[in-house]
Amino acid sequence: MSSQLIQNNFRMDRLPHIWCPGCGHGIVMRSLAQAIENQGYDKKKVCVVSGIGCSSRASGYMDFNTLHTTHGRALAFATGVKLANPELKVIVVTGDGDCSAIGGNHLIHTARRNIDITTIVFNNNIYGMTGGQYSPTTPTSEYGTTAPFGNIDKAFDICKLVDAAGATYVARGTVYHTVQLIKLIENALINNGFSLVDAISTCPTYYGRKNKKGSAVNMLNSLKENAVDIKAAEKLPKEKLEGKFLIGEFKNTNEPEYTEEYMKIIKKYQKER
Amino acid sequence: MAQKSNKKLVIVENWCKGCGICVAFCPTKVLDLHNEKVVIKDIDKCIKCGLCELRCPDYAIYLEGSDNE
Ligand SMILES: Cc1ncc(C[n+]2csc(CCOP(=O)(O)OP(=O)(O)O)c2C)c(N)n1
Ligand code: SF4
Ligand code: SF4
Ligand code: SF4
Repeated sequence: MSSQLIQNNFRMDRLPHIWCPGCGHGIVMRSLAQAIENQGYDKKKVCVVSGIGCSSRASGYMDFNTLHTTHGRALAFATGVKLANPELKVIVVTGDGDCSAIGGNHLIHTARRNIDITTIVFNNNIYGMTGGQYSPTTPTSEYGTTAPFGNIDKAFDICKLVDAAGATYVARGTVYHTVQLIKLIENALINNGFSLVDAISTCPTYYGRKNKKGSAVNMLNSLKENAVDIKAAEKLPKEKLEGKFLIGEFKNTNEPEYTEEYMKIIKKYQKER
Repeated sequence: MAQKSNKKLVIVENWCKGCGICVAFCPTKVLDLHNEKVVIKDIDKCIKCGLCELRCPDYAIYLEGSDNE
């Protein structure tokens, strides 16, 4: 047996999931299920879309309408789903590689359109599924199987990226700060437009081992120590923020939503004919 | 008060992967690992906060029932 939340929202015959011991993705997936349940959506009206990666396997476990698509293309499929059936609450689950490397172009343009899709990035700073290659969110100087001498690239801040591109809801949470993460996902679901939650996850198996970050517990501890809430950060001197990263709600605004604008055009020209 | 909660702490042993997250972050040190599985060390200390459930990546520990008397 397992908790009511798990029984209500997961395909029980698919559990336990195959993620490694201590993998943060299980925590993000549970937080998403909790947020959906808290909002009380009709399950038939929810569609979860994913690409490829450890993170993208979440769509196979979650008991909603689900679509497990190709690497990097979840947002393109999700756009199709949303336009074909605007009534659906469309949720994309993706990895940092899936959404910001191969899928980076889809990400910026989906944000630009402000289409009502909620994207949850399971951000573990690495390509987990394929064995630990560095991703666009791997910090400079850290290691991956493709960066045996240290990564010389600068990392993307996915929140800043989609903010600049036009997303109307942008937030970051972590798998340590679960109560906040659930709330951020709920607010992302409520926003009528493109929403993204950068959920900082952990990959003890590849990112952890490659970078000597210790156990899953150690990795959660460093999230606890290094995350600073945006509200607290505003009051802190710059030195205190060195080596830290921000969590919380960065943007929550209202702008015309893409499917609604699209339908307006259709209605207008249907009338004129 | 939390202590008066009727909720019951439940473990799904065959789903536990022994990561130790619940053990490390339980505020009152209720839990322990034994042979790579979570065990309840001292249930009397449990304040039914649910943090173990929120952070278990494998849904192997949870609070069952409601707070209502
Ligand atoms: C077109 C294509 N290119 C490459 C791959 C190989 N591939 C599978 S998953 C993956 C990266 C996954 O990383 P991320 O999205 O960060 O997810 P994680 O596994 O870390 O959760 C890659 C490169 C693929 N499946 N398809
Ligand atoms: S490889 Fe990393 S991301 Fe993939 S399941 Fe294992 S710990 Fe999680
Ligand atoms: S409910 Fe709270 S106090 Fe009880 S075991 Fe879980 S984390 Fe510890
Ligand atoms: S967090 Fe879950 S999987 Fe990890 S030791 Fe505790 S019960 Fe087991």
